[in-house]
Amino acid sequence: MMRLPKFVYHAPTSVDEAGRILAGEGTAARVVAGGTDLYPNMKRGHQLPPVLVSLRRIPKITGISGTPETGLRIGACTSLTQLGSHPAVKSGYAALASAVLSISTPILRNMGTIGGNLCLDTRCNYYNQNYEWRRAIHFCMKCDGSICWVAPSSKTCLAINSSDTAPLLAALGGRARLISTRGERELAIKDLYNLDGIDYLNKRPDEILTEILLPPAGGWIASYRKLRRRGSFDFPVLGVAAVLWKEPDGRIRDAKIYLNAVASAPLEAKEAETCLVGRKLDTETIREAARLAAEMAKPVDNADFGIAWRKRMARVFTERALNDLKE
Amino acid sequence: MTNGKQKILLALRVNGEVREFACYPNRTLLEVLREDLGLTGTKHGCELGECGTCTILIDNQPILSCLILALECEGREIVTVEGLSPGPGLHPLQEAFGELGAAQCGYCTPGILCTAKALLDRNRRPSRAEIRAALAGNLCRCTGYIKIFEAVELAAERMERPSE
Repeated sequence: MMRLPKFVYHAPTSVDEAGRILAGEGTAARVVAGGTDLYPNMKRGHQLPPVLVSLRRIPKITGISGTPETGLRIGACTSLTQLGSHPAVKSGYAALASAVLSISTPILRNMGTIGGNLCLDTRCNYYNQNYEWRRAIHFCMKCDGSICWVAPSSKTCLAINSSDTAPLLAALGGRARLISTRGERELAIKDLYNLDGIDYLNKRPDEILTEILLPPAGGWIASYRKLRRRGSFDFPVLGVAAVLWKEPDGRIRDAKIYLNAVASAPLEAKEAETCLVGRKLDTETIREAARLAAEMAKPVDNADFGIAWRKRMARVFTERALNDLKE
Repeated sequence: MTNGKQKILLALRVNGEVREFACYPNRTLLEVLREDLGLTGTKHGCELGECGTCTILIDNQPILSCLILALECEGREIVTVEGLSPGPGLHPLQEAFGELGAAQCGYCTPGILCTAKALLDRNRRPSRAEIRAALAGNLCRCTGYIKIFEAVELAAERMERPSE
């Protein structure tokens, strides 16, 4: 049996109380909600926090309020099952519902939360292994070691962001609310991430991600496409989120395309976006935008499938995501 | 707050009975069920959330017992494969799995039975696609799933017409 290491467990009932505990414990404490990312990591010795602060007993940060007309507020501890099956999400934000329902398995979606999916630890073939495996290669810079085995000359860790919701929420202009004893702030989801597999989140250890704010539905159309080996369980090896705002005559007024699982943060495909603006979404335009998006993707050999094929799929999946948005 | 070095007293409602015991805060529900409460029907597989073998029901929702702390389950209704049937006999799912040979080594069966029960409780006549989707988090390395799907369909049929 793989056992969890020992820890002190706090179960505060309000965000204030949780914030005070985190402020007092410093960097020793880790926030936990569903536990589906943190507990496996703790069992494999990636993270050994002496203190856990559970958000499960804080009713205020669970659930969804608002309407598609006004925008939604999603509590960070809302389970992925709740989020993916919520009527307002299914009707106004269908691409988000489909991205959520593509995460892992139905059982893990009963447990995992949207906040947890956004804060998901970055992943790498040389990191997501048990302690003995990692010790046999003298560890890597993300945990216990000093070298990046994917690119030994790299100064930063290249573990990839594997969230299915992050690229779509970034493209939609979603925002995250972060609260600590030092106050609260709102951050665009696109700014929540750093291009660094170790320091991948712009969230201080004492901050709690409490809710996600979605803009009103309508006026835009969105799609999310995910590449993985199996139809469930697997993290994305590539995720493509596309959101388009169109003029009445069908020309594109604005476009957002984000690729995920090709770097330590969701990447915005700016050149592809620029290429789309002012044009109609015909086959030629889609092909050109997808080529530009794929140029930006530089997958490294740290996930499933070969890197050349993953890069080629960046073009194919961007094409598919944009084809979903054709009239 | 719990001190990590001291045991805590917990009272969990498992299969309709309140069970009291002392455990460390780092004990998962899986460890407690098997090692403290003697309910070894729940199997341990990968213990990392990658197989679905340890699935149990909490408030009639399939949950992986390897990734939830026992202390997080207080006040909730836990059902394991031992408590699947409300009476002394087998649950229709268990009957159907036995009759159709929907198990070979049987290791994944308790988890699959729990997941299937939650499905049939909310959807009396699921389609094949709905059964596939609901069981997408339970791996079976022997049967190839077809007999499992057929057994769930047979159980659903019998639960719809219990008199026959």
